[in-house]
Amino acid sequence: MNSFATAREPFRFYTRMQLAELTGLKASNLEELLYYIKQVPTSSIYQHTHRYLQQHQYVSPEPPNDFAYWVSETLKESELAEELASIDTIQYPTLRSLREKIILTIENHLSLHPKLRQKNAPDGHDFYFVKSVNFILPTNYVATNLHEFTELLKKITLDSIYFHIFEARLRLEKGTNDFSRWIETSVGDKELADRIAQLDPYTHTLEHLRGTIIKRITYSTVKV
Amino acid sequence: MATIEEYIPIVGQAVVDDLRLLATRLQGKSILNVNSTSVGGGVAEILTRMLPLLQEIGVSARWDVIKGGNQFFEVTKKFHNALHGRPTEITAKDFDVFIETGRANIAEMQIDADAVFIHDPQPIALIQKKKDNNWIWRCHIDVSNPNREVWDFLRGFISQYDAAIFSAPQFSQELSIRQFLISPSIDPLSDKNRELPESTIDKVLEKYGIERDKPIITQISRFDRLKDPIGVIEAYKKVKRYHDCQLILAGGGASDDPEGIQVLEEVRNRAADDKDIHILLLPHNDIEVNALQRASDIILQKSLKEGFGLTVAEALWKGKPVVASNVGGIPLQITHKYSGLLCYSVDGAAFAIKQLLNSPEYARKLGENGREHIKNNYLLTRHIRDYLLLYLSLIHQQDIVYL
Repeated sequence: MNSFATAREPFRFYTRMQLAELTGLKASNLEELLYYIKQVPTSSIYQHTHRYLQQHQYVSPEPPNDFAYWVSETLKESELAEELASIDTIQYPTLRSLREKIILTIENHLSLHPKLRQKNAPDGHDFYFVKSVNFILPTNYVATNLHEFTELLKKITLDSIYFHIFEARLRLEKGTNDFSRWIETSVGDKELADRIAQLDPYTHTLEHLRGTIIKRITYSTVKV
Repeated sequence: MATIEEYIPIVGQAVVDDLRLLATRLQGKSILNVNSTSVGGGVAEILTRMLPLLQEIGVSARWDVIKGGNQFFEVTKKFHNALHGRPTEITAKDFDVFIETGRANIAEMQIDADAVFIHDPQPIALIQKKKDNNWIWRCHIDVSNPNREVWDFLRGFISQYDAAIFSAPQFSQELSIRQFLISPSIDPLSDKNRELPESTIDKVLEKYGIERDKPIITQISRFDRLKDPIGVIEAYKKVKRYHDCQLILAGGGASDDPEGIQVLEEVRNRAADDKDIHILLLPHNDIEVNALQRASDIILQKSLKEGFGLTVAEALWKGKPVVASNVGGIPLQITHKYSGLLCYSVDGAAFAIKQLLNSPEYARKLGENGREHIKNNYLLTRHIRDYLLLYLSLIHQQDIVYL
């Protein structure tokens, strides 16, 4: 693939900024946690399963999601924490299905260990439910071919990468990520689009993810 | 004062581009901040640095200060203590003084901005000037366990606002209005946080007679029981049995604070004649604080209670491994075992310090992760972005906003 070949449609990078809104809901044990996980808006499930990806973009090794972290560090229930941390987020195409999986994981664990239901967190260490308010804005960065796309990919914020990979896939229920979609439909390179779609974004820090995507594009264009 | 361009080498071009982009969505809108003092205190410090940057990116932002006499500020100091949950006697006259000063400011101040950010309780009564503009109450205090009488009094004002902002999730309260989580920030270009030449660090150490011949463990905080300086010395002594190290306990002057003088005395007694404990009563000098933090191998923040605990952010920003209590806003800054170590007790603190001294590579990694965490989440540029987003979220009330 010639990286300078003009794409059918240009790709405009968007940026996404997030503000945390407090819901006023808090859980001090697993029973309450489960109750509120069922009640809160999906934007809160999103916040607690994705916050660590944004806030700890460079932290290596990466901490687990908020539920797993609280169960591990506050309730000291390492078995359930491990089960929650190892939920394969990418397998769940919607936040509703991800929520169902979290509920099922906690319910199964509680059915085996009913005494844990009301084991309380120490005072002041409750789980506080927060939801995310997201703002999406077009940036001035526009790529008309793969070469420009790669150069801009080096410049954009991690928030922007986050938007095109995670936000598009899960929160907005688009199925794939924006980069793969553009490369397939406008650049016409399905193989490269698939290679990028195959990446498990949840096992990378965002900076690492940026580097890997750039490498895959560069490799694919040099190969030809 | 630093310009927005000077932040680019630290946070990246795209972060500043994002701020400029947001500013375009607020064109024609004006923002007013109101607090109770133009100098001294964390709020004034943040506004002093934030306002010029907001104006530079094209946001019409102003800052105004309410007026109040000694009596008023004595009352608000009592309110402050009561909101922190300290036993405080509040009288009916105190409420009268508060209301009366509020009334005088309402009569005198011109408030015609589109968005009004009111900081802390002192100017809260100004809400009575609300028209069809947006009013936001920004609470900088730990109100997780407030005196109910004072809180209920304030709640009458707060419920008239459009939104409230708290610094940590556990500070939020049951309120009828929207509540947002916006943490405070540090300024990477301020004297307290900017890079320092080694020669400056050496000079400060020399001034206080500290040599770098053994690991330095430091806690920077005023001499206050809530910062647990005695606990810090206990932890150090437990570590000292196994590692030859030294301790710096450094904090601001306490001349107007009788309790501070007493605590300082207790700390000196507890340190006794250990030449490796350096108790420094610092003048207000940000460069010296910066130098001491940079000279340290490990930073401690063993507070029993903490608002947000920005000294933790300052230490992490300098890439230092931090051992800190799991209280207030500290767990937002430190994810245990990823970007620092959290503890609950003297023994826990001592154990964590020993771990770090035994594993310098692990300590280095925690410091590195901590710095990145602060860079992404607790610098002034993020704080500015959150304020702009908050205002936008009051104009556009959905969970996903396309601008």
